[in-house]
Amino acid sequence: MDRSEITRLAELARIEITEATVDEAASSITDVLKLVDQLQAADTDGVAPMAHPMDATQRLRADQVSEENRREAFQAIAPETEDGLYLVPKVID
Amino acid sequence: MHANTIAQIARDLRNKEYSSEELTQHYLDRIQRLDPNYNSFISVTAEQALEQARAADKQLSEGNDNPLCGVPIAHKDIFCTDGVRTSCGSKMLDNFVPPYDATVVENYKNAGAVSLGKLNMDEFAMGSSNETSFYGPVKNPWDTNCVPGGSSGGSAAAVAAQLAVAATATDTGGSIRQPASLCGVTGLKPTYGRVSRWGMIAYASSLDQGGAITRTAEDAAIMMNTMASYDSKDSTCIEREVPDYTATLNDSLQGMTVGIPKEYFGEGLNAETGARVEAAIEEYKKLGCNIKEISLPHTDLAIPAYYVIAPAECSANLSRFDGVRYGYRCEDPKDLGDLYKRSRGEAFGEEVKRRILVGSYALSAGYYDAYYRKAQQVRRLIKQDFVDAFSEVDVIMGPTATAPAFEFGSKNADPVAMYLEDIYTISVNLAGLPGMSIPCGLVNDKPVGLQLIGNYFEEGRLLNAAHQFQSATEHHLKTAPTHD
Repeated sequence: MDRSEITRLAELARIEITEATVDEAASSITDVLKLVDQLQAADTDGVAPMAHPMDATQRLRADQVSEENRREAFQAIAPETEDGLYLVPKVID
Repeated sequence: MHANTIAQIARDLRNKEYSSEELTQHYLDRIQRLDPNYNSFISVTAEQALEQARAADKQLSEGNDNPLCGVPIAHKDIFCTDGVRTSCGSKMLDNFVPPYDATVVENYKNAGAVSLGKLNMDEFAMGSSNETSFYGPVKNPWDTNCVPGGSSGGSAAAVAAQLAVAATATDTGGSIRQPASLCGVTGLKPTYGRVSRWGMIAYASSLDQGGAITRTAEDAAIMMNTMASYDSKDSTCIEREVPDYTATLNDSLQGMTVGIPKEYFGEGLNAETGARVEAAIEEYKKLGCNIKEISLPHTDLAIPAYYVIAPAECSANLSRFDGVRYGYRCEDPKDLGDLYKRSRGEAFGEEVKRRILVGSYALSAGYYDAYYRKAQQVRRLIKQDFVDAFSEVDVIMGPTATAPAFEFGSKNADPVAMYLEDIYTISVNLAGLPGMSIPCGLVNDKPVGLQLIGNYFEEGRLLNAAHQFQSATEHHLKTAPTHD
């Protein structure tokens, strides 16, 4: 796991990794990946991947409105809002 | 009063030995006086607790028969509590006040329980020592130079120090069972899907499960009766009737077959810890059980599989923390990208960032098959080991952790050393099975736990087995030294 890989992952995950910590991040993540590489020794031919402990499938419900609009309550804890919209720095020039 | 269990308090309240208000005040005083030694609470909700206690006293005088009515408990700070800060042990949510209650919290409110506050934990439930919390580490009441375990360190320490009668907690790789073991208390992680995850801040959605930490198996059964419920708002919740877990506590264990996995007694296990666990298994023989050696051949692959799946799921779950709608926002963001990156970079701790990056890697193009898909295949092999074992045995037993509580900082040199702490507990989450830890003795004056693993939805059988052991032995009655 080299520096450029860390920088790429940090970009994907939208997390700022400072210059000072990139090397430490690279080293500790390399340690984790060494642990994880043990999986390659497992014989998994013909084994179906398991996403859910009981192979459950997504339950569906009727397409009917069941929630009340609580926008005010939810937006009361937002950093910045206006007219029911969440405010962020300008994206388009 | 604080030495009592839920069961005893339920009797005392109805016999008017004391009121819920008096009892609650007693616990609040204890927290104020003693918690500086342990740092088990992040938020104490004194006024609300007393209000709830007064309401409970009124309910009791009208004949309320719920054993939790008026009993002071506390919630791991991962469960959303309406109007009360819910931090998940993180700077990211230091200012987060949820506008709703988690289903688990609502269940306890409806039962009339009193909530003393929110308990400390490893940040976003990632850790096995409660050293990663933004609010500082939790100290083990048995030895304050040692960790309480994690991620539910606050829950285990508070119950062990008798600052709450019982606590809610969560377990993704061992986070209820391992701290219960290290703190000498009883902890239960139910079958995946038994307890609603609505309002329980998500770490790894296919592994997370809410449960309880108590002084006794009987109390855990009482907690489960309230905590377990079908909730249509959690699409992974299984629709299945909740039995009365207290009704079968006294069933005889005669003829029950206990499986002992040979892989759990290998070289990583501290010898004295192993001896206490083996002595506990001998007790089960006396209670009428047949003991049988079994094998769980893919045990070694559990930690590697977990450290692909959990980080992958966490990278998805924690992407919601972006500084836009709630939680931490960095100052003076230059643009949207800067807002995301600095809010997340400044507010997430090192372990959380590490797992998000590992997870992003495992899911990224070119690596998905080799890592995530491979881990999911291994997961099925691990589950199959248990399915095969349960065709021959009723309950599986072994150590919960390799040793008693370790000193602060002793496993921080590299992340993998900490990850290996969960070696006996992690497979259980991967398979989605129920698991418990109960105290089974002391090693160097520090507690160690016996782990019980059951088949799907057999929490009742685990609680029965644990209760019978606690009726015949006294390990669970030992209490941590006081720090008055």
